[in-house]
Order: sequence, then C-alpha cells, then structure tokens
Amino acid sequence: MKKTTVALAAAFSATLSTAAIAQDLTIGVSWSNFQEERWKTDEAAIKGALDAAGAAYVSADAQSSSAKQLSDVESLIAQGVDALIILAQDAQAIGPAVQAAADEGIPVVGYDRLIDDARAFYLTFDNVEVGRMQARAVLAAQPNGNYVMIKGSPTDPNADFLRGGQQEVLQSAIDAGDITIVAEAYTDGWLPANAQRNMEQILTAQDNNVDAVVASNDGTAGGVVAALTAQGMDGIPVSGQDGDHAALNRVAKGTQTVSVWKDARDLGRAAGEIAVALAGGTAMADIEGATMWTSPGGTDLNAVFLAPLPVTKDNLSDVVDAGWISQEALCQGVSGGPAPCN
Amino acid sequence: MSDTTSTPNPALPRRNIFKTLELDTRLLGMVGAFIIICIAFNVMTDGRFLTPRNMFNLTIQTVSVAIMATGMVFVIVTRHIDLSVGSLLATCSAVMAMTQTEILPNMLGLGLDHPLTWALTIIVGLLTGTLIGAFHGYLVGYLTIPAFIVTLGGLLVWRNVAWYLTDGQTIGPLDSTFMKFGGINGTLGASMSWIVGLIATALAIAALFNARRNKARHGFPVKPLWAEGVLAGIAATLILGFVWTLNSYNIPPARLRRLFAARGEEMPDGFTAAYGIPISVLILIAIAIAMTILARRTRLGRYIFATGGNPDAAELSGINTRLLTVKIFALMGALCALSAVVASARLANHTNDIGTLDELRVIAAAVIGGTALSGGLGTIHGAILGALIMQSLQSGMAMVGVDAPFQNIVVGTVLVVAVLVDIIYRKRTGDS
Repeated sequence: MKKTTVALAAAFSATLSTAAIAQDLTIGVSWSNFQEERWKTDEAAIKGALDAAGAAYVSADAQSSSAKQLSDVESLIAQGVDALIILAQDAQAIGPAVQAAADEGIPVVGYDRLIDDARAFYLTFDNVEVGRMQARAVLAAQPNGNYVMIKGSPTDPNADFLRGGQQEVLQSAIDAGDITIVAEAYTDGWLPANAQRNMEQILTAQDNNVDAVVASNDGTAGGVVAALTAQGMDGIPVSGQDGDHAALNRVAKGTQTVSVWKDARDLGRAAGEIAVALAGGTAMADIEGATMWTSPGGTDLNAVFLAPLPVTKDNLSDVVDAGWISQEALCQGVSGGPAPCN
Repeated sequence: MSDTTSTPNPALPRRNIFKTLELDTRLLGMVGAFIIICIAFNVMTDGRFLTPRNMFNLTIQTVSVAIMATGMVFVIVTRHIDLSVGSLLATCSAVMAMTQTEILPNMLGLGLDHPLTWALTIIVGLLTGTLIGAFHGYLVGYLTIPAFIVTLGGLLVWRNVAWYLTDGQTIGPLDSTFMKFGGINGTLGASMSWIVGLIATALAIAALFNARRNKARHGFPVKPLWAEGVLAGIAATLILGFVWTLNSYNIPPARLRRLFAARGEEMPDGFTAAYGIPISVLILIAIAIAMTILARRTRLGRYIFATGGNPDAAELSGINTRLLTVKIFALMGALCALSAVVASARLANHTNDIGTLDELRVIAAAVIGGTALSGGLGTIHGAILGALIMQSLQSGMAMVGVDAPFQNIVVGTVLVVAVLVDIIYRKRTGDS
C-alpha cells in the first residue's frame, strides 16, 4: 500500500510542474470548523503545496455554521481567488456557494467531505478501501473462527462504506465456511464507551467464543480491547483506523492488529496541488488519478481517492519516520516489542 | 426614544448645524463608526471591501439578523429579553421546509414548484412563529415567568423541535419561487431597481414636507427651508446612491449564460445585466418602515415605550401591560419566521444548524444600535445599523484573513465598547 502512496505522490509532483508556471494564483480555503485540532495539520500541508507552486493562501473559518460558510465563500470570491478548497459543513447547503463559484468560473475542490454537486471536484481517502484493509489485516492474522463486527455510528454514511469494504474481503472466507460473523453492532456516536458495552454484551452472549474483532476505528477498537482485557482475551486480532496515538501504542503492545492511517498531510498536499492545477485551467477530468464516481445521491463527480496506509507491527517505524508520533509515545510501556520499540 | 419624540425647546438658541437639521447625533456617531470601519477594511483589502459586489454581499448577509433585531428592540425596550430567536427561526424554517417539500407537494398533491407553494408556506411559517411568540408572551406576561427563563427554555425547546421535525436532515432544495427571497436568486434587475429608488426618493421628500406642514399647522417651530432642502438632498443621494451601487454589480457572464440556456435561448454577445436590489433587502426596508411607523405613530408603539420607561406607571395609567407583552413577543415570533424565510432561501436548504447563535447577534445588533437594556430607549434604524456594523466587521475580518478566534474577540469587544460609549454619551448630553 505504501507503494501506491508513493506512486500518487509522484503523480502529484507531475501536476505540480505544470502548475509552477501559473504564478500569482490565489487559492481560497473555506474550513467548516477550525476549532478541531486536526485541520491545523491539513492547513500546513495545503500551505506547503501552495508555496511550492508559488500560489497565495487565503482562508476563512465557518465556525460550524453553514450560513457563515456561504458568507465566507462569497467573501473569498470577492477577494478574487482563482480556486476554492471547501471543507463543507453541510453537503447540500453548500450548494449556493458552489453555484456562486461556478458563476464566476472558479473551480471548487470538495475537501474530505462530499459536496454533492457535479461542478465540484471530490478529494478524500478511499473509505471503502479502509474497510478492506481492516478486514484484510484481521483475516491474515486469524484466517478462521468467530468474527465480531463493531461498526461506526449509524448516522454516519462512512460507517456503511467501511462495513461494505470489510464484507468484500471477508465474503469468500464466509462462503468457504472458514469464518462466521457471530455478532455485529453499530456504535452510537463512534463512542468508545458504547463500543465497550456492546462488546461486553456480545462476549457474554457468545460465552467468550470470539476469535477476531473487526472494529471500524481506533476509538471503538479501544473500547473493544478494554472489554477483551476484562475477560483476559486481549491479544486476539482487532482492527481500527485513524492512527490514534493510543491505538499505535496498542499495535506496538500487540493488543491491536492494525490501525489504518489516513495521512492528513497527503490529503492537504493533494488538495493544494489539484486546486492550483484547476486554477491554471486544467479540466477536472484531466487531473492525475481522477476517476468518475457516483455519489450516494446519484451525482456523477470527478474524484481522487487517496490510498490510506495500514499500520501493523511490521511497519510501525514508518509513522515515527513520518513524524506523526514520537518513539517514546509509540513505545510507552512496551518491552521487547516490534521495531522501533526493541 | 427621547431622541425621536422630543421637540426642541424654542427658547433655546440653535447651536450648530446638526441642531438646525435636527439630526440625531447618536445616529451620526454610528454612521461615522460604520464609515470608518468600511474605509479601514477597504485600505486593508486593497480596495476590495468597498466594491459594489461586496456591498451587495453585505446587504444580503445582514438581512436575516436585521429583521429580527427590529423586533428585539421592542422586546428590550419593555425590559424583556428573547434568547430563543435563533431556535425559533430554526423551528419556523423546519416547519416551512417540511410544508413546501413534503406536505404541500406530496400530501396535498400540489406537486413540486406549484405557484401557490411559496405563499402558503410563508403563511404557515408566519402562523407558527406568531403562535410560538404569543405563547412565550403569555408565559411572560400572564404567568409572570421572567422572559430570560422562558426564552432560555425556548432556546433549547425550539432548537430541538426543529431537529425532531426534520430528523436532523438537511431539507432541500426548496421551492424555486420561495428561494427568490434569499438574496442573490431574487433581484429586481436594473430598471425595476431605479423605479423603486425613484419612488422611495419621492416618498421620502413628500414625508419630509408633510411633517413640516403638520408642525407648522400645530404651531411648532420648523426648520429653515434650506435645512429641509439639505435633508431632502441627503435622503435622495443616499437612496439613489444605494440603488446605483447595487446596480453596478453585474451578473457574472457564466450565470447569465446558464439563465439563457435554462430558457433555451442563446445569449447575445456582449449582453450584460445587473443584479439590482435583492427582494430580501426590499423586505427588510419594508419592515423597517412599518416598524418605525408602529413605534412612532401608533398607540401600540407609544404604549411599548411608555411601559419600557416605567412599567408601574404604565400599568397604573390603564395600559394592559400583560396583553402588550403577548403582542410584543408575537411580533418577535412573526419576524423570526420572516427571517427564517430569508435565511433558508439563501441557503436553498433548511439545515439543522440554521440560526445557531443568532440570538446573540440579534441582541448585540439591537444593543450596538442604542437600545438600552434598562428599557424605554431604542430605535429601529439604530438596530438595523447595528446589524450592518456587526456584519461588516465579520465579513471584513474574514476578508482580511483575521484568525477565527480573533474575529470573535473583536466582535465581543466592540459590543462592550459600543455600550460604554453610549453610556458616556448619554451622561454628557444629559439624556436619560
């Protein structure tokens, strides 16, 4: 999977060289809620990509209000931006903003969250692929037995994308009779406490006859591991995603099998480069790696899906090398574990 | 209200030009502050702030809060407060969204985009807002629960009633006629805007001379004729300048081509068209005029300000202050519903977060506009100017690229400083 990331990075540096001629471009970014810590990482990556292309960065923060986001976009357009990157607060209510941008001939990149409009370019990580990676890693560690599926929030469409990807990978093993899904549960609000309670109920109902757990993110994985530890069952395969520091520490300890990591810096860099390319006049379909994708609402969009990186005990060094987590945090309480904790 | 009802004592010598013109110096101070803000942002954004396009944006961004601020003036003048306006807006918006996307087209079988949909929807919305507002007023006036508590409860209740009504989903797209009330989708165009502007100018001048004639008839002193002429000139310049500014913002060619394509026509070469006055702004102007007349020329208005000035005296003099409270809150509710029309039409959708924190913006607009929380004082045009100042600050800072936390710090500081300046001003001039 790392190869794919490298290949994508190479592809983007190719678009970058075409964009380098486009000087004096200004790219506007409309954030939905900058209060969340993670977007700082994305912003730095976008700024880096824009600096490299010689484009200027302007931004506005909607503070979780779809009405303010519309005003923000109008203000960015009035400032004369050449392309917009929008982290939409609301996939539908952003429509008038996309309309206004289209009227001015300004291209729009929908960042991480879907903008259900064919005039916007969609850039995100491939969530179905995340599900596949989770199931693949767990299946490799435990090719047979009783499986439990701990899903995400029932109100989040991503939860079902993930579950769909997991099913794709597990289907053949289920058909062959190697594995049985003995239980599955949604996790309200993705809350670890709810995942833990669900897992405790399942373990009780199954008399602890569980061999592997496919959990949809690191938070729920944390709840699952806590429930397993209470029964002395920690160490059976458990999946997750997000590269949470606690989860990576669990991978080093051996209580979690995989954490699929979506590197926000890849996403930010790609967004900056795509925005510069679109501002320079590149057609949406001509962006490197762009595919046509049909949204759940039935809209055909040009989209780029970045490949995430599954972090297991075999490649823990990568996250340290990438500066995502310090070795001390990763290896806290680990003795004689996998590299770099040995 | 003393600034609007007072008649100058003829014994006093007229001191300066503002006195001669009988202009409200507090209002002039606010206009001055607004102009300074605009010029400062214009310098910082390399002349982008004072473009017709940004003025157009500013007016349509201000409308929703300004409509509610006019109602908040009456609420605050009578020494109450309404913390529920943002939530009430959300409930009205949710009711109207369900009405126009579910109930009317599907249950009543009118189909999508029926010509009656928008009118029925707005009637339903206004009824909802008025009823909820009247209910608040009943709780405050008749059951004597403090308005702060009633509307704090309302803030939670109506926000979540809206959520329940729509399952938290974004409802849209809305009816195509309904969406014309949102601003950019419904404008008058250049020639209609000029006609409206000229009619407004004529009415303003007629009103000035009518007032002069009335005063003369009752033996009050009148301004010198040249002063009336200057005032008429200022009014005409402001109105026509406003129309000219909005008319200078041309519809982008891509949008025009789309409009022509939608009608199955080819766009002629070199064709341009201006946006003109947005319908939502016309609604705000109509409300401003109606509310000002209500405040100054009707018995209800006099009762409101009398009750605000001294509730006990008002009650003893025979004003039914309980019913008055119901009326004020019902009016507030109706204005929330109108705001909901504008806000949801602007987004082309009803969103679950619509109107969040609007209660604070509305109260801040009224207070910056000179409405005193101690009651009895406040003007409609002040509140609208307050809303405009708040929105200019927010849009301007977004344009300059001020970090989000600093934007809110500045707005909060401006609110407190504005009230401080107001208090100092009132002390100096001996105004109550």
